[in-house]
Amino acid sequence: MTIEANHETQAPVELVTLTIDDVSVSVPKGTLVIRAAEVVGIEIPRFCDHPLLEPVGACRQCLVDIPDAGNGRGFPKPQASCTIEAAPGMVVRTHLTSDVAATAQRGNMEFLLVNHPLDCPVCDKGGECPLQNQAMSHGRGESRFHETKRTFAKPVPVSAQVLLDRERCVLCARCTRFSEQVAGDPFIALVERGAQQQVGIGPSSDGAEGAPFHSYFSGNTIQICPVGALTSADYRFRSRPFDLVSVPSVAEHDACGAAIRVDHRRGAVMRRLAGDDPEVNEEWISDKDRFAFTWSRQDDRLRTPLVRDENGDLQPTSWPGALAVAGRLLESVRGSVGVLPGGRLTLEDAHAWSAFARVALGTNDVDFRSRATGPEEADFLASHVAGSGLGVTYDQLARARRVVLVALEPEDEAATIFLRLRKAVRAAKTQVVTIASHLSRGSEKLGATLVPAVPGQEVAALAGLELGAGDVVLVGERAALVPGLLSALATLGAGVRLAWVPRRAGDRAAVEAGLLPNLLPGARPVAVAEARADLAAAWGVAGVPGVRGRDLATIVDDAADHAVLGLLVGGVEIADLPDPARARAALAAAPVVISLEVRRSEVTEHADVVLPVAPPVEKSGTFVTWEGRRRGFATALHEPGSVTDTRVLAGIAEEMGRPLTFRTPADALVDHDSIGRWDGAAAGGPSAAPTAPAGPPAGHVVISTWRQLIDDGRGQEGQAEYSATARPAVARASAATWSSLGVPETGTVVLGGSATFSVVVDDLPDGVVWVPGNNGVNLRELGIGHGSVTTATTGAESTHE
Amino acid sequence: MSIKGNLWDPVAGFGVTFRTMFKKVVTEQYPFEKVPTAPRFHGRHQLNRWPDGLEKCIGCELCAWACPADAIYVEGASNVDVLPDGSPDESGRFSPGERYGRVYQINYLRCILCGLCIEACPTRALTMTNEYELADDSREALIYEKSDLLAPLLPGMTEPPHAMMISDDHQDYYRGKQLPIVEADE
Repeated sequence: MTIEANHETQAPVELVTLTIDDVSVSVPKGTLVIRAAEVVGIEIPRFCDHPLLEPVGACRQCLVDIPDAGNGRGFPKPQASCTIEAAPGMVVRTHLTSDVAATAQRGNMEFLLVNHPLDCPVCDKGGECPLQNQAMSHGRGESRFHETKRTFAKPVPVSAQVLLDRERCVLCARCTRFSEQVAGDPFIALVERGAQQQVGIGPSSDGAEGAPFHSYFSGNTIQICPVGALTSADYRFRSRPFDLVSVPSVAEHDACGAAIRVDHRRGAVMRRLAGDDPEVNEEWISDKDRFAFTWSRQDDRLRTPLVRDENGDLQPTSWPGALAVAGRLLESVRGSVGVLPGGRLTLEDAHAWSAFARVALGTNDVDFRSRATGPEEADFLASHVAGSGLGVTYDQLARARRVVLVALEPEDEAATIFLRLRKAVRAAKTQVVTIASHLSRGSEKLGATLVPAVPGQEVAALAGLELGAGDVVLVGERAALVPGLLSALATLGAGVRLAWVPRRAGDRAAVEAGLLPNLLPGARPVAVAEARADLAAAWGVAGVPGVRGRDLATIVDDAADHAVLGLLVGGVEIADLPDPARARAALAAAPVVISLEVRRSEVTEHADVVLPVAPPVEKSGTFVTWEGRRRGFATALHEPGSVTDTRVLAGIAEEMGRPLTFRTPADALVDHDSIGRWDGAAAGGPSAAPTAPAGPPAGHVVISTWRQLIDDGRGQEGQAEYSATARPAVARASAATWSSLGVPETGTVVLGGSATFSVVVDDLPDGVVWVPGNNGVNLRELGIGHGSVTTATTGAESTHE
Repeated sequence: MSIKGNLWDPVAGFGVTFRTMFKKVVTEQYPFEKVPTAPRFHGRHQLNRWPDGLEKCIGCELCAWACPADAIYVEGASNVDVLPDGSPDESGRFSPGERYGRVYQINYLRCILCGLCIEACPTRALTMTNEYELADDSREALIYEKSDLLAPLLPGMTEPPHAMMISDDHQDYYRGKQLPIVEADE
């Protein structure tokens, strides 16, 4: 997949010329006067205006004098420049040249400040507050208002993580417009009238008052609030803007590569804000990207290397000592080591893992996937994803005629895609089709057309769609669990653009770095001798192994059966693996277990050597988004003891006497780029046949599941307010399914013998139950995944057991 | 230089000595005799209290912002009377209103006693005393914590955390409302 010659013929932009403060400027037709003024460097004060929201003219702060509207006649009164479009020949006078405009702005500011409390010293916005700044630059300076100000009870929690202070609100409607226009969660609105007008919480679905502001994007309202009316419960009173050191970075929780800003104070991250990247996330991020940053500073954070002593206890050790032990142990089992790096690596670290496996361990037994997967996926990734460069981009999503979501729930799994798709749908440019078990809330907000499919039978649904030029297919990671689905996608017709959207930030980088049993860095197939020779020459080794390695499931199985003697494990959560019980047996059985981890985990409990590595906030690197876009980020927190995976692996390789050609992430990236993309034929694609449809046996159901954005993952620990906004864990199925199972519609259902969920009736195919993947219970622990068939009984029965 | 000038110089010089012998000495016998400072001398800081003992400091950090020597470190926190589940909160209330200064440190190795922090303080929580004996033999001892800076409890004051005693409305504190007079039950 290269960037296709898809230069849509852009209509020539029609320009209009107007005069602002005696300066002539030409802008595209339809431009608002306030933007035209920005073009010539005139800043008009504003609160409600936001370039990504529809104009509303709510705050009236941007008043300008328009003596000529382009038709020879002027407006008799000052006009809000954020709602007036530029017209040819228009003459605009701002506060800089017009006393009328300056007086109007000053008067409006005085009105806004009438009821605004003077509590700037205790307000979290103080110091970075547009109202504070503009009151200084455009206000009177002294208040003439001596009467009692209007007061409200405060603060009111709009949700667990957003606090509302109604006294401070200037009724700009940015938060309500964002919720309605961008996120699609209109749970807050302006209520009451006059001086009592305020932001209110809407009624909940059952009609009761006080429905919480449940949105995955609610944190953005805090950031765009131009006053301190919406504040973050987590950041409340934590610091002042002048305390904070801001570092631009990239969010590490999904494969979208959203730009963020990390604000830290005295070595601890205080908050994260959305960065501004028009090509990726615009100015919005999900709550997960914003609030889930405390995971790396929990009490179980590893600070020193640990080596297991003769009593079986992990003892703190020096770095040279631990690397020597790790090198000696790995050398003793060389040729029989399985490598599980995990899916959260930067491109640099992934490349180091790949080189370490091939050079130091001489094996292709490496698999970055730490989740349930099928046999086709590795071939699909090797042939259709690796080395494909910048494929489908966010911009192309927004311009696509139709976007087909296959086994992907963007709101939960790729929030930035969700927002971009919603924007395109609202602009009536794009139609979204989703192949899923039911129309989820996220799909409803996208106005998606549902092609219902029983999990495991998505291939038939895909065949029913007549895909053609202009269509974009986004396929999620759980497609690997559906036999034949990736094979079917790999043979889509010409003109259909396909993109693989993984959930983890490092998945795409791992594919590029060849962390797969059948793939070497730069999309080199393991099976091709020229590709191996090419790589061996670049790394200065005699050769790289040419046998297709073991994949995740085989490594785990063979380790449990003592066929693999060593395990080198990165950021892998055992409970996420296809068979956690088997994985625990493998860890217990393997004579050598080396763990590179940020925090103590199940793996470190079994490890012989634990080597602490840096979380993303303490290192620099490059994430690769699902598009194939590189997102470099710099170190935010400079912790002296934090080292990257690259440095640790290079150290072990040197102890083994098989050094890598690089030691630092920067050199690893140079190495990766100098090796470059394989210019030979790509690996063969997957070929698997879909399974024949078969209904589940009596008392059993087919599970449809994915992980919700806010769940019990370890990357989200330490944020109580954030976790409290998780969607409740419920099981969804049709009324017919529930009645056939004998489950009352107000009761609970027990799946797989032990996982209990409240029952909700939804429009699903019969015999299918949807449950969240890891809210309250991790379904993988029960061996349940997307498309699994499992038992379902009523909750009442389970309590009698 | 003339001979007359050379002869006259020692006389002029000793004349100064002679005249000074009859003036009052300015040497202070510190530390044996301590002379009071001027009343508005900029000495050690003090964090003041409301008449009910609650702290005036709201942890706004404006003093830290104003400080030209970067000598002040403040961390704010929420006053919590009651937790969302209705149970009394352990951290409690230290000042009227929403916010209080949980951590307050002044580093007297850095402080130049200029008083800009006093001018910045919106609640008159921070003032300066006349105490000037700010010397010690370790760096740690010269970083004064909140407990070192807080004004002593006067009669009628109660050590925080406790509920607002003057009024339920924290604005009344700033309007100058006084403690309700309670009859001593003797």
